[in-house]
Amino acid sequence: MTDPLGWFRYALLVTALGTTGTPAYAADVGRIKVARGPVTVERAGATLPGAVGLRLQASDTIRTGDDASVGITMDDDSLLSAGPNTVLVLDRYAFDPTTNQGRLDAALNKGTLSVISGRIAKQSRDAMTVRTPTAILGVRGTTFAVVVNE
Amino acid sequence: MSDRVRGVACKFATLLAMVLVCGCATKASVVLLPEADGKPTAISVRHGNSEVVLDQPYASADVKTIGVRRAQSSADDVQQRFGAALAAQPARPQTFVLYFVEGKEEFTEESKQLVATVLTEVARRPVPDVLVVGHTDAVGSDQFNDALGLRRAEFVRTALIDAGVPASDVQAISRGKRALAIQTPDGRAEPRNRRVEIIVR
Repeated sequence: MTDPLGWFRYALLVTALGTTGTPAYAADVGRIKVARGPVTVERAGATLPGAVGLRLQASDTIRTGDDASVGITMDDDSLLSAGPNTVLVLDRYAFDPTTNQGRLDAALNKGTLSVISGRIAKQSRDAMTVRTPTAILGVRGTTFAVVVNE
Repeated sequence: MSDRVRGVACKFATLLAMVLVCGCATKASVVLLPEADGKPTAISVRHGNSEVVLDQPYASADVKTIGVRRAQSSADDVQQRFGAALAAQPARPQTFVLYFVEGKEEFTEESKQLVATVLTEVARRPVPDVLVVGHTDAVGSDQFNDALGLRRAEFVRTALIDAGVPASDVQAISRGKRALAIQTPDGRAEPRNRRVEIIVR
């Protein structure tokens, strides 16, 4: 690591997000780029329509209905897209675009997800994970798909 | 065989069957997909102490109660299981690199023409986001170059806004001298490192 200031900034960012379990500020982390059929986003107890253009925040839960799908571009250029009957939670997200340091933890509770990882996974190994109810995926700069069977 | 013994045997068989079914049922599957640029990649799949690392296209892992097992997928299988998710994939972010006339906040001739291509790409996307990333060469401190890179990025951001891109969709940041295009020793002047990347997503 040649950039101690970068780590410091990242540590600050992670501390800001990590201390209370919810973001200390409502930072946008990504945006819905594609939506087909019923898509909703749960945020702090409210349910929002998951329309194209909606900006997402850490801790958001994205749900798709029958025959629905959704495509999300994250700030670090990660692409997440989900098929029908999917529950995807953006558990934790921190990204410093100056240093490319960050952390992306998502949970696929059910349904299907395809991922093209972005700059977070490229910058540091094990900085991106996807959890399913039974497994944890460590992403090392990868294009992959995952399904959770009910 | 007494009824009692038969009953116990039956219960045992049922239990065994349940264990087998639970142990073999696939709870989740992961497939490594081919990379667009063909670069090697990998993903690890863990369940308890059991781990499988996938590093070949279409290598697959099935997560079962008894652990993670290797499997093999294919393009057809992926289409069948993940077709809807893959069809919803957003357009890949596209990166453009603009260079400056030395010592000036003015694009080179080629870069001026590239701005038109950037605007076309922005217009092509339904909800575009544009990230402008300023880079410098390795002359000066991190702090100095972070500020210089940001000035270059802000210059480009303003140019894009003037060309009609909504201000709320364009963000300017600096990576200073952290991501040199041409690797040089620290302190070396290098025009090809004085550049701005525009990422359209």
